[in-house]
Amino acid sequence: MKRLQILGVGCPKCKKLAENTEAAAKALGIEYSIEKVTDVNAIMQFGVMMTPALAVDGQVKVVGKVPAPDEIKKMLA
Amino acid sequence: MGSQQSCGCGGGVKLIFACSGAADVGEIADRAARRLTRAGAGRMFCAAGLGGRISGILKTTEAAEGVLAIDGCPLNCVKSSLEQAGFTAFKHLQLADLGLEKGKSPMTEESISKAMVRAAELICS
Repeated sequence: MKRLQILGVGCPKCKKLAENTEAAAKALGIEYSIEKVTDVNAIMQFGVMMTPALAVDGQVKVVGKVPAPDEIKKMLA
Repeated sequence: MGSQQSCGCGGGVKLIFACSGAADVGEIADRAARRLTRAGAGRMFCAAGLGGRISGILKTTEAAEGVLAIDGCPLNCVKSSLEQAGFTAFKHLQLADLGLEKGKSPMTEESISKAMVRAAELICS
């Protein structure tokens, strides 16, 4: 199961990244869990200083932007 | 790493990597980067994370509006770390170019100020 974590304090871009990530995961038909990490200190544990960001199985894949679902699919493959 | 974290909804962040090496000039680079961060000129970030290939640090660096590397000596460890991590678009300050020679440049207010002034020029250019 893929562990998907959306790093961000809850701004519209963070919400959009969560939507796009979930859409990508569903399109791929993979098993996944999705978690929103909103605590700034927890976000910084990833070495991330800008949000939104996406981590897949603990590895940060994108920071500071909201890729389209098709682009996120490649990050989940 | 700096203590602040920003939302991508706002403007970009300028990152400052200092070698923070063991020599006197490494300490000057480190102090200059920290003071520039406090002054709001940019944000010091963890140079060791580049070498460690920490995904969050690499991706944050990719997303940065600008990157400045401050190397204390001509070994240019930060510059090399950035390049080996695949980064090419960054500004570079070598303290030897300011006359701060390794082993002969004790950390003083004057030496830190000299480094800060040039670093600030590069960040803003």
